[in-house]
Amino acid sequence: MKKIKNDGSFYVNPYLGGVILGTVLLLSFYISGRGLGASGAVKNTIAATVNVVAPQHVEKSAYFSQFAGGDKRPMNNWLVYEVLGVLAGAFFSGIIFNRLKLKVEHSPKITSRRRLIFALLGGLIFGFGSQLARGCTSGAALSGMAVLSLGGYITMVSIFGTAFIAAWIFRKNWI
Amino acid sequence: MIGPIISSGIVSQAWDNIFALILGMGFGFALESSGFSSSRKIIGTFFGYDFVVVKVFFTAAIVASVGLLYLSYFGLLDFSLLYIQPTFLTSAIVGGIIMGIGFAMGGFCPGTSLAACAVGRIDGMVFFGGMFIGVFLFSESFPIFENMYYSGSQGAKMINSAFGISPELFTFFLVLAAVGMFFGAAWVQKKVKKVEY
Repeated sequence: MKKIKNDGSFYVNPYLGGVILGTVLLLSFYISGRGLGASGAVKNTIAATVNVVAPQHVEKSAYFSQFAGGDKRPMNNWLVYEVLGVLAGAFFSGIIFNRLKLKVEHSPKITSRRRLIFALLGGLIFGFGSQLARGCTSGAALSGMAVLSLGGYITMVSIFGTAFIAAWIFRKNWI
Repeated sequence: MIGPIISSGIVSQAWDNIFALILGMGFGFALESSGFSSSRKIIGTFFGYDFVVVKVFFTAAIVASVGLLYLSYFGLLDFSLLYIQPTFLTSAIVGGIIMGIGFAMGGFCPGTSLAACAVGRIDGMVFFGGMFIGVFLFSESFPIFENMYYSGSQGAKMINSAFGISPELFTFFLVLAAVGMFFGAAWVQKKVKKVEY
């Protein structure tokens, strides 16, 4: 069931991992009536930050004013708490499977610097797209698929379809 | 107890954020223990040397979909109280394309980058930092994209009704498709040259 890696760390069987993830998602719907997410917490954090630094800017922004300003409390948000849990849960998994290590993971054919530049650009582009699509791989695609949302399936096909093509374009960074 | 237990008022709203924290811990544990803190493991799906993303993602999707239908069938869940993301065709497609490019460049999606941050992967932290810039840029350029953001509105449409079939039948086909993909992934992985990572 467990695969031994060179660095001595373990991964659980992917199907078992999927069952755990699916069960957590199911519980999320059963308890809170909603799915899991990630990018929404980033959006709320930024809206809250901008609201502190420049409240007039939030009022004027057609986008941020939906989440912050007035009586809205963007940091007292379900997704913000959930994301803090994600960090704790992943950290716990890193401890028991012996994977805690500060490092830049990259293909031996590229430098750490190149890896980090692409990670920054990738994050930037992903963050932008997640706002346009109203959610990322977890919030829009996975949680959407669980409740058979049409938009969730479209976003999933769109993300993975494009990533297959784009991965080939950027293949020198990976293989 | 008929779920969702918070939305239906069985459990006080005050517990919602506490459950969010606990559910998040389960989510983070599932991601990291499956190997989603490693960008090279994630990206393996696109080159055929490691299909962990396909296996975990679609297993989770069918477990949750089938589970929701059973809970609803046995009267344990009021499906109408669940949050179903509204569908906006244009932004779902274009946003997905943009995310796909970011995925192939960065090697993470937002959730997996958090798992990578938690175990000390600096590339995960940089990706997560990049997201803040991207979200901020979207907000600043929102007037340009506003029309696209709201176009193609379909409401909270479900995919089975788009095909004109029942949710149960659609989910049955989803399970078949997922199992087919799992066998396909195993077959491809055997043919593809191993990549050490």
